[in-house]
Amino acid sequence: MPFYLFWLFTTVMLIGGVSVIAFRNPVSSALSVVTCFVGLAGLFIGLSAFFVGVIQILVYTGAVMVLFLFIIMLLDLKDEEHRTNKIAPIATGLVLIGIFLIQLFSVIADTPNAESPPLDQATLSAAADSYPQDSKIATELKEGHLPDVHLIGHTLFTQYNLHLQILGVLLLVATIGVVSLSKRQTE
Amino acid sequence: MDFVPILVIILKIVVLTFVIVLPLVPLSVYFERRFSAIIQDRVGPNRVGIPLTLFGAKKDFHLFGLVQPVADGLKLFLKEDFTPAHVRKAFYWLAPALTLIPSLVTVCVIPFGSTLSINGEPFKLVIADLDIGPLFVFSIASLSVYGITLAGWSSNSKFPFIGGVRSTAQMISYEIALGLSIIPVLLYFGDLNLSNIVQYQADHGWLLLPFWDNDATHTLGSKLLFWFPAAIAFLIFTVSIFAETNRMPFDLPECETELVGGYHTEYSSMKFAMFFMGEYAAMVIGSSLIVTLFLGGWSMGFGLDKYISEFHFGSFYFGGLIHLAVFLFKVVSFILFFILVRWTVPRFRYDQLMKLGWVVFFEAALINVFLAALILAAPHLQGVIITIGAVLLFVLTLAVIWVAKASEEKPKLLRA
Repeated sequence: MPFYLFWLFTTVMLIGGVSVIAFRNPVSSALSVVTCFVGLAGLFIGLSAFFVGVIQILVYTGAVMVLFLFIIMLLDLKDEEHRTNKIAPIATGLVLIGIFLIQLFSVIADTPNAESPPLDQATLSAAADSYPQDSKIATELKEGHLPDVHLIGHTLFTQYNLHLQILGVLLLVATIGVVSLSKRQTE
Repeated sequence: MDFVPILVIILKIVVLTFVIVLPLVPLSVYFERRFSAIIQDRVGPNRVGIPLTLFGAKKDFHLFGLVQPVADGLKLFLKEDFTPAHVRKAFYWLAPALTLIPSLVTVCVIPFGSTLSINGEPFKLVIADLDIGPLFVFSIASLSVYGITLAGWSSNSKFPFIGGVRSTAQMISYEIALGLSIIPVLLYFGDLNLSNIVQYQADHGWLLLPFWDNDATHTLGSKLLFWFPAAIAFLIFTVSIFAETNRMPFDLPECETELVGGYHTEYSSMKFAMFFMGEYAAMVIGSSLIVTLFLGGWSMGFGLDKYISEFHFGSFYFGGLIHLAVFLFKVVSFILFFILVRWTVPRFRYDQLMKLGWVVFFEAALINVFLAALILAAPHLQGVIITIGAVLLFVLTLAVIWVAKASEEKPKLLRA
């Protein structure tokens, strides 16, 4: 990724993130989260993770945040706009930021500072040998393309198959739970 | 630094977006008015042409009224741009742009034609040949819901707000059916690159017309069997595109009889025109996506494409331009189909709309995924497993239909 694109998307993301808490109006805050997510998606795409970047926009920006906005608009916003800053929440927030920073730095300190190999023809065709001959992934890798969608699918359905099934059941339970709870309330 | 590739990209963006797609928007407005006039046995706008009488000629050159869209655009430009005092200004100004821009950004992954070749240098007629084409279109198109929602909310008045809320609920509901319905298609092609998908259809037959093949390795039988899930996917996808573009019979967000004008009631002049253009641009992009995925994109079909690619004029291979014309012909035909549906099918009620999305299309698309997977995997499986799969699929379908019926029996009024 060219460095100026990295700085562009990082700036977009940081401006979005800061304005989430700076704005008084919840709708503005929600839109700032959207800006932040778009910047994040740009960073993913810059790292050649096209699928993750697009899914970031499709799921978080296009669906989750729209639902957030939908709910916020149906609420009465008068109280939110006149709230005052109390010390306790701010202090808790600062402590949380501190904990996250410590976690981040410890992870970075543990990671070996090795340069990742460039995604050129040689690296990709060397990686092709670990996949079945004549499969889509192997042929794409030999041609020097990165079939990221196929790779993610392959990893999900072989290495993490059980996790995927369990997650599916969990989501189904959550969905049914929400439906049954909301039905009980209306009766 | 080499500037030629950047110049080529800029040229592609200007030509494909502003010379080909944007003029399709006023053109489809013109088609809409003329076609609706034919359906309702009226004449329609057929007068606005080149006013030769102004320059002393005996008669005007009416040109079938084709200058009408230009006159409409001019009128909208010259109208007063009025901002009501009660709106939330920033969002009110942002909303029209948020509706139009996503539709135009999605143009960049649509393959408009095959490769043009000048002096042995190939130029693909697509702005960005991304490996995630359909997903990119969905993700960017899903952003246009913000424009409509914000327009409704920032207008700060009741009917636009209801229009915006309706639109949000509708678009989120149908995005699920939209995404699920193309999974069989992507399973069949095994690729997410729209250029490759069209090339595959040019070589092996369109998804909905699989009757020719350049090599004999693919048997007709398996392709004909796959025609059924493909047709179901096509039906769900097309109807969902209707709902996503807020077109009749799903134009509940701007239902005049209930909501005055819907989310754009408080807008005037070019801001209103941008919503209008956004809607039509979404229709153009939706049609091109349907044509690309199901009807062969730029391919002429019947095995003619490899001959068209051979046409050349010296070292200038112009087959791509013929393919571009074929693609535009298909897209305009599909736009005419959109218009035909608008003027023949009456508007749905909102609960019917939600039911169609969540109870019918969602389940049908899910079952269709399993059906397509079974058909595609069948050549590699044993007979017993195929039978078990088919029986399970049949039982699943019956169960889903039974649940849908059972949920219908005791209609309860939902109280908020």
